[in-house]
Amino acid sequence: MTGPVTREQGHAWLRHMIRIRRFEERAAELYQLGKIRGFLHLYIGEEAVAVGSIPLFVPEDAIVATYREHGHALVRGTSMGALMAELYGKANGCARGRGGSMHFFDASRRFFGGLAIVGGGLPVAVGLALADQMERRARVTACYFGDGAVAEGEFHEALNLAALWKLPVLFLCENNLYAMGTALTRHQSQPDIAAKARSYNLPAETVDGMDVVAVEMATRRAIDFVRRGDGPYFLEYRTYRFRAHSMYDAELYRTKDEVAEWKRRDPIVTLEQTLRTAGLLSDGDVQTMESAIASEVEEAVAFAETGPWEPVEDLKKDVYTERS
Amino acid sequence: MTKITYREAVRAGLREALQRDSKVFLMGEDVGKYGGTYACSNGFLDEFGPERIRDTPLSESTFVGAGIGAALGGLRPIVEVMTVNFSLLALDQILNNAATLRHMSGGQFSIPLVVRMATGAGRQVAAQHSHSLEGWYAHIPGITVVTPATVTDARGMLLTALKNPDPVFIFEHAYLYSMEGELEDGPPAVDLSRAVVRRPGKDVSLITFGGNLWKTLAAATRLAQDGIDAEVVDLRVLRPLDIDTVLASVRTTHRAVVIDEAWRTGSFAAEVSARIMEGAFYDLDAPVARVCSEEVPIPYPKHLEDAALPSVEAVLQTARDLCPRSKK
Repeated sequence: MTGPVTREQGHAWLRHMIRIRRFEERAAELYQLGKIRGFLHLYIGEEAVAVGSIPLFVPEDAIVATYREHGHALVRGTSMGALMAELYGKANGCARGRGGSMHFFDASRRFFGGLAIVGGGLPVAVGLALADQMERRARVTACYFGDGAVAEGEFHEALNLAALWKLPVLFLCENNLYAMGTALTRHQSQPDIAAKARSYNLPAETVDGMDVVAVEMATRRAIDFVRRGDGPYFLEYRTYRFRAHSMYDAELYRTKDEVAEWKRRDPIVTLEQTLRTAGLLSDGDVQTMESAIASEVEEAVAFAETGPWEPVEDLKKDVYTERS
Repeated sequence: MTKITYREAVRAGLREALQRDSKVFLMGEDVGKYGGTYACSNGFLDEFGPERIRDTPLSESTFVGAGIGAALGGLRPIVEVMTVNFSLLALDQILNNAATLRHMSGGQFSIPLVVRMATGAGRQVAAQHSHSLEGWYAHIPGITVVTPATVTDARGMLLTALKNPDPVFIFEHAYLYSMEGELEDGPPAVDLSRAVVRRPGKDVSLITFGGNLWKTLAAATRLAQDGIDAEVVDLRVLRPLDIDTVLASVRTTHRAVVIDEAWRTGSFAAEVSARIMEGAFYDLDAPVARVCSEEVPIPYPKHLEDAALPSVEAVLQTARDLCPRSKK
């Protein structure tokens, strides 16, 4: 791992990463039980990216994420109960149950989704940043997307416009090497994503997305740059999804050896080892953390189980703003 | 009453909006230095400055999406998509974001966005620049779709749209920009929910919207010479559709022709026709008729383009066929 870690910081990262992992492991079980339906895209393996970056944003900043956004919302501060209830489709979910796994929203935390058309969040993030620039607000809009988005026209349009207008937006590419089942090298003539970004005249870096310390350091630099008003910044986090793309994926496109190889770099295990080596983490610490998280997960499940369904009479509510 | 062109009316609405509210800004292709493709924002760059009059790259999806984001961020964007033909490149943002975010987030977000675009054929610009797709947009819940046909509506609908908390799409028929009309006195902002009767009549209802209002009114004048008293209904707003005004007209005339420049199959005229059948079937003395474009890509030569589009002659013939023999 890169750089020194304090006990407090290390524990916070570890707790967040384990929260995401246990939340999603439970969600996968509940999916098998039929409690959660539709699509469920797990973030397991990629936790260091959200955990290393999201806490650096202040409440006034905006977050735009994708359909693989459980970790982002959880670290941003939306309660695990509201997220689990959303997975259930219950009215006490963070979007009244209307979006499910792919569409977490939380206006109070400026969390703008949960947008599930690949590449579709980039223009929206550009617009949020434009509003901040025009209103002279020193805010940052964080826009998360995957390597698949690089193939979309909106990726190129949005980077160009953000750089042209020097907008305060931070483009955060979570490169897990596969656009669903198609490897980056099988769909891009230039697989160096940061190089593509630089061609639009914005600074771009490639970061080890399995190392929470590296993620934190690079993201902090990038945020400082954007908040100063120096324009957009681009980070490519190299990461890996340990689970299938969604719950219906036979994983024919990658080898078990490749997955095993990446699992050796599990961001949770890596951080645990670093903290233990530095004498900052004990077995007791881990047990305490795991036990608190297990309770949080079970409380979230109970919150979802006991939550109400939105009444059918409200089906058409909020298609338009109701006006008196 | 003042006589002005439709272009001047749009320009007056935009200018008033920009003067009235500092959160309003205009963004789109060639809205600044060029002065707007249809010259609706000529001089604005000097008057309001480059921050509020923003020329964009030819990136429809991204500048429409940026309009959504800017609206979420508290501004009041007016996005000009040069023509409906290019709006296809922004459909993902319109359908998947602008129209869905409010409902899908459980009402947490509003998108007060206004998108304007030119629509329609009739200027010999061939198949890729002659689409009439406002009916497609009217298919989408979560947005409002308006088609101003008069100078009063061209100015006023824009001003009213800017008070709407949700996305409004304004379709300006390209044929209308040079048309002159009387700007009605009264408050500039106009109603954004009602259809209006542009010409009262008792024998047949001619129901239309946008650029085809004028062809339809011309047809009504000619029908009067035949002794057929046609009522002309201008829908004005395609979504939400004011079906009550349409049904009230049909209940009086007992006959209806719907005129729509889109292709007949799946057209907005089909929707209006179905609604009349659902709401006034027993008031009808004849099946609802439609005058739509021929189902071909709109060709360049004038004689073929004319043959493809709804014409005054076609409206006349259809209305005559619908009316009792004694009236012909």
